[in-house]
Amino acid sequence: MGDHSHGSPEESGTVAKADDVAQDRFADPGLPPHRPRLADRDPRAAKRHERQVALLFTISIIGTLFFFVAYFVLGHLGEMTFAELRVQNAALGLGTAFAMLGIGVGIVHWAKTLMPDHELVESRHEISSEADRQDAVDIIDTVIDESGIKRRPLIRNTLIGAIALAPIPAIFMFRDLDRTGKTAHEMIDSMRHTLWDTGVRLTRDPSGTPIKASDVQLGSAFHVIPEGLEEAENMLNEKAKAVVLLMRMDPQEMNISEGREDWHVDGIVAYSKICTHVGCPIALYEQHTHHLLCPCHQSTFDLANECKVVFGPAGHALPQLPITVDADGYLVAQSDFHEPVGPSYWERG
Amino acid sequence: MASPNEYTPSTATGRIANFVDSRVGASGMVKEFGRKIFPDHWSFMFGEVALYTFVLLLLSGTFLTFFFDPSMTHVTYNGSYVPLKGIGMSTAMASTLDISFDVRGGLFMRQVHHWSALLFVASLSVHMLRVFFTGAFRRPRELNWVVGGVLLIMGLAAGFTGYSLPDDLLSGNGLRIIDGVMKALPIVGTYLSMFFFGGEFPGLHVIPRLYSLHIMIVPAVIILLLVIHLFMVVTHKHTQYPGPGRTNDNVVGFPVGPVYAAKAGGFFFIVFGIVAFISALFQINPVWNYGPYDPSPVSAGTQPDWYIGFVDGALRLMPGYLGNFSLEWVIPFPWGDNTLILSVLLPALVPAGALFAVMFAWPWIERWITKDNREHHLLDRPRNAPFRTAVGAAGVVFYCVMWAAASSDLIATHFHISLNDVTYWLRTLFFLGPIFAFWLTRRICLSLQRKDREIVLHGREAGIIQMSPEGGFSEKHEEVDVYKRYLLTNFNDNKYIPAQPDAAGHVSGSEKRRAAISKFFFEDRVAPVTPAELEAAHAAHGHHEVEGEKQDSIEK
Repeated sequence: MGDHSHGSPEESGTVAKADDVAQDRFADPGLPPHRPRLADRDPRAAKRHERQVALLFTISIIGTLFFFVAYFVLGHLGEMTFAELRVQNAALGLGTAFAMLGIGVGIVHWAKTLMPDHELVESRHEISSEADRQDAVDIIDTVIDESGIKRRPLIRNTLIGAIALAPIPAIFMFRDLDRTGKTAHEMIDSMRHTLWDTGVRLTRDPSGTPIKASDVQLGSAFHVIPEGLEEAENMLNEKAKAVVLLMRMDPQEMNISEGREDWHVDGIVAYSKICTHVGCPIALYEQHTHHLLCPCHQSTFDLANECKVVFGPAGHALPQLPITVDADGYLVAQSDFHEPVGPSYWERG
Repeated sequence: MASPNEYTPSTATGRIANFVDSRVGASGMVKEFGRKIFPDHWSFMFGEVALYTFVLLLLSGTFLTFFFDPSMTHVTYNGSYVPLKGIGMSTAMASTLDISFDVRGGLFMRQVHHWSALLFVASLSVHMLRVFFTGAFRRPRELNWVVGGVLLIMGLAAGFTGYSLPDDLLSGNGLRIIDGVMKALPIVGTYLSMFFFGGEFPGLHVIPRLYSLHIMIVPAVIILLLVIHLFMVVTHKHTQYPGPGRTNDNVVGFPVGPVYAAKAGGFFFIVFGIVAFISALFQINPVWNYGPYDPSPVSAGTQPDWYIGFVDGALRLMPGYLGNFSLEWVIPFPWGDNTLILSVLLPALVPAGALFAVMFAWPWIERWITKDNREHHLLDRPRNAPFRTAVGAAGVVFYCVMWAAASSDLIATHFHISLNDVTYWLRTLFFLGPIFAFWLTRRICLSLQRKDREIVLHGREAGIIQMSPEGGFSEKHEEVDVYKRYLLTNFNDNKYIPAQPDAAGHVSGSEKRRAAISKFFFEDRVAPVTPAELEAAHAAHGHHEVEGEKQDSIEK
């Protein structure tokens, strides 16, 4: 909304200023009269402020010295107890704090009490004049014209093509950000597999001791890892997929769907511990409601109904690990999970 | 280019100045900045806090890089923190522990760095709220508003990349959530996650990569934007609050030298001092308590740093199922089934995206609605722009509901209420809260404006109760002085602008929509008092006072 009617001889009229609108308004009375401060009138007050500022700077000096005391006297490298470390941290910090606050508060106090506090007025200028803008446009036009880029479309079009193509190799270079050396297909396939396999024993996390079916009491819960996890290549990667929760509940209270009838051992069930929402470990088991709760985003899964989602943001049930007992009475997996564990992804299906 | 009559300095300062100036030409800069005027107001300090905490981040961060090793190679910890001795962890975690326990002042520097980071994003946010609510983003400062918004996003990026570096249990779980969110992106998500982690989560590559971003790319971008931001502040000159003597064509305030330089320079030391004080006494991110990252354990009540909270809260608020209908859609394609994970995609992208989109576009939205394309160097008092203040308050409530949701479990345990109920309430507030906030804020603004009118027309309450000869009591009102009156009456008064036909006499659809919004925003408005109104009020008042306090009214 360029408004040309408001220009004055001195300035361009293209930009209307907000208070140009001459309306039925009160006249501007101008700046209120300046009120002198105590120090402006009373030299003794000024002297007092001077001493206060100097005192604040002295506090800063003391703070810095205190820092050195804390650094050399309190700090014994490598032999500090945790409590001593905390004391040293507090002392170093307080020394620094006083060193800085002394300077800062001192300077601001000086500025507010002793430096002139008359407000000054400066006028604003136009950011850029119309004449300058016209000159700039003319220069750009000349540059474009002399380059001939408009008259020679063959040059222009091939240049556009070249510039559009040239960065693409730089993007492709990032392909090897993936350090596995696998093809995309192999990668996605590996997301479907964990260390669990037929006959792999369920062991305690983190000790790795196997679990007997008779160890699992009604209502108890175990954090479980597959046997041999410690020896696995990329241990954390495998653990991130393979962790399992083992619980026992009364088989009468469980709703078991077709095909899963023999996945439990007398009410002992194993489910993936990785939340199907965004992958937090599900750490909370509420025994009397048979609910599993993810502490990150509160997705709640019902153990009595094959860990279907009863609340929260998760979009599908926790995968169940089919288990059985081996000849020695230890719990073992019947197979790997029948579906990918953890959060959903596009290729999950 | 010594000319015959070269300037000969007489004082020591003059000689130094002459030496420097004749070689680099610095006197122009001194002339430009030495006595440049900056308006003074406490609310202008938030941007300064952001700048100074960023300087602190650079200082403490540089110190930390001398000791930190971002490698994910597995080592056995053998430092001086006894409870973790002999525990396997990544080199990154071990060197974080070394900084904390085996470098004197290292823990203090970590604390300064983390507290500064929290304050940096906080002061950036509050600074942007100040700019929004006072209308400082209007022409000619729209681009600087956008630069500021990008700075905020880069601040979040810096915080996020830095948070993950120690590779402790908490930050590792944070990364796992990022992995889950990334995988939810359709088509590219799985690949993105694999490229980011160098394979499957967690892999051995993500921390060095985050480190490169955290100490090079992100700070470089922030510094670049910061320079642009400050350059534009100088070009535009600072805005000022309205008041007597302050117009759209002047700047009233203190000169850089000495007052403003002293105040602003001193303020850096105050910010440093306060951060040092907090870092000395309040522990933050004690990674030794959390232990190294392990995909199995997690502690209840975990929370991200505050500025990521609103996204985390949105993730919590989203239901995974609507009834029995899962929001993970399995879509059959000829090559097989693919999954569209709306339960993660929607909350992760839509609320934050909407907030930032409206934020970036707001200067142009407001210009479109008000048809006001004038330059504004005088700020609005928030009450005098009820529509904008109400929109801002709605945005703040929208943000805060999500932010509160990131603590839904702590709210539930602290107040002994059901976690599910907290979530249901917050879901309701997510939709109704902003609407209510908009309505309430607008009502409050309009009421404050009416109060301003009343003060101008009838004076302020003097606190003196008078008894008339008949025994009636009344409070004496004193007329406000001309300065106060000017402040209360001189504001930018936006009116409803009905749809305007274009040159061809046609009223376009977008113009009709604009008029509808304009009507919604400006139909209810309180106009500033005009001199004629005041005169009329005086006349009425005087007439009324014939019965009462006559002496007083003659004065007026």
